[in-house]
Amino acid sequence: MTIKPEDNSRYIAADQEDDGGIVLHVAGKLSLMTMNSIAEEFRTLTKTLNPSRLTVDLGGVEYLDSAGVLLLKEMEQYAEKRSIPFVFSNASKEASGILTLVGRTLKETDSKSGGKEDPSLLEQIGEASMSVTRDFANLMTFLGDLLVTLFQALRQPASIRWSDFFFYVRRAGLDGLPIVALLSFLLGLIIAFMSSLQLKQFGANLYVASLVGFGMVRELGPIMTAIIIAGRSGSAFAAEIGTMMVNEEVDALITMGFNPTRFLALPKVLAAMFVVPLLTLYSDLFGILGGMVVGVLGFDLTVYTYVQQTIKSISIFDVVSSMIKAVVFAILIAGIGCQRGFCVRGGAEAVGKFTTSAVVAGLFLIIVADSLFAIILYYIR
Amino acid sequence: MNERQDASIIVVENLTARYGEKLIFRDVSFHVKKGEILVILGGSGCGKSTLLKHMFGLYKPAAGRVLINGIDVAAGNEKELMEIRRNIGVLFQSGALFGSMTLAENVSLPLEEYTDLSREVIDRIVSMKLSMVSLAGFENLLPSELSGGMKKRAGLARAMALDPTVLFFDEPSAGLDPVTSAELDILMKQINTGLGTTMVVVTHELDSIFSIAHRVVMLDRDAKGIIAIGPPHELKASSTDVRVTNFFNRIPTGGETRRV
Repeated sequence: MTIKPEDNSRYIAADQEDDGGIVLHVAGKLSLMTMNSIAEEFRTLTKTLNPSRLTVDLGGVEYLDSAGVLLLKEMEQYAEKRSIPFVFSNASKEASGILTLVGRTLKETDSKSGGKEDPSLLEQIGEASMSVTRDFANLMTFLGDLLVTLFQALRQPASIRWSDFFFYVRRAGLDGLPIVALLSFLLGLIIAFMSSLQLKQFGANLYVASLVGFGMVRELGPIMTAIIIAGRSGSAFAAEIGTMMVNEEVDALITMGFNPTRFLALPKVLAAMFVVPLLTLYSDLFGILGGMVVGVLGFDLTVYTYVQQTIKSISIFDVVSSMIKAVVFAILIAGIGCQRGFCVRGGAEAVGKFTTSAVVAGLFLIIVADSLFAIILYYIR
Repeated sequence: MNERQDASIIVVENLTARYGEKLIFRDVSFHVKKGEILVILGGSGCGKSTLLKHMFGLYKPAAGRVLINGIDVAAGNEKELMEIRRNIGVLFQSGALFGSMTLAENVSLPLEEYTDLSREVIDRIVSMKLSMVSLAGFENLLPSELSGGMKKRAGLARAMALDPTVLFFDEPSAGLDPVTSAELDILMKQINTGLGTTMVVVTHELDSIFSIAHRVVMLDRDAKGIIAIGPPHELKASSTDVRVTNFFNRIPTGGETRRV
């Protein structure tokens, strides 16, 4: 009995033999485009006929590519699974050539992937917690190394690469000034506006100035600046050092006898320590300016009273502690940026991964350090 | 053994290398004689570059040691290590020039670090080194403005900045066309004969091996160690090891079983 294709869109014709075996006559093009429909036909045919022996006749195949071979191999595996005899017949010379080539590769991948299993959940948890611990240890080692290098450099200022230092001062500081100024200005504007809605109810409009001034200097100025610098410069440091790792430039430095921390990380960290406090001051200033715009235009305060009220609400202690905060943030951001850069192994993808990680870890450390400062400053005061 | 060691500048003793858990090779011992060009060769993944990077102290060995001029490259004190680093130069696979510096700055970097020479003298030396690798006049170009072969040559100029006694090359001809690669071979030979520089080269280019190598050390991935040492022509002609003759005659391993 022959089951013929019903229309031209079918590829397989099946011949049923007396002993329960079937011969499948595959015809047409076996390619990436047709493999899905052929596989579908194969499944239906074998399901309905349930053969005890399978012969696949390749006589009518006009074109066969590697996807087609994959399909044929799946037919073979179907037979193997049910332990029924299976043969290809009438394969053309080209077809048997590609069949052997791809078939062998498939077999090799099978045997290679066989040994590797997906780790269990417990294993994954263990692996993850170990990598977190290792990560933390690496970070601490690096920060320690960095601080030692920093003190050495301060004792011998001539050993610092000053040209690099000024380059990064410009990059991280000067080039970052517009965005820091703009965001802080808007932030001051927003705080003033939001707080005045509440304060107006009590007729306490004047305290908008205190709130903006105190808030900017104590908290928002340093943290806003730190977040912008983490995004602008922390990532840039990580990407720069990461690319140098990929290009073996860091290896070259080591073999030439340079200490990569001193050579690459130190100028960046020093530059950040220099510019972040300055940018923080600018951020404070522009935040207060933003508040003043709202206060003067919206709530009929004079510039003089606004400034007076701001000065009254900020103490020298606040300014100094916010500068110290800014220096610590700078060390954390630049340090982690460089450390993540040195972690890069492999290629471009790793550079991206560790750049992201530099920003995320930088932001995290800023918030943690800021919380610690909040507690410490509360008790010192 | 002692006699041979006297003439040798680098001694590798029972060196074992691992990446984490994975063993790359174990118990590798050989020595490099003063003034010779030794080529480390072998198929992909056999640890050639790893061995080279152990030899100049970039990687720390899992066991064994490497001595350059009698100093352990992984365990020497700071002063000894400085002494070694002054005396070696490394040409990395990609050239590893510093992308933010011009060629002249790249070459002058080790000179500024290790010497007290004045700016003018350093500039003169830099120009001389660059002209030795036929890059005179390219002082103010950035590495990104150079072709692959030029980067390699510039890397060589930087490696030679301090007139090292030993030069290490990691796949110098990788990514170069046959002509440029042959030019680099000639340059290496000129430096070797002219300055008496000892060279350790990792490569798998057969043409290069036969034109430059005095001796070769052959590693094998499955043997996890050295399978042959000797002059390349001798090995090709008379080695009884099928892996060695296969390499020199470009026959793939297991080629018979793979034939369709």
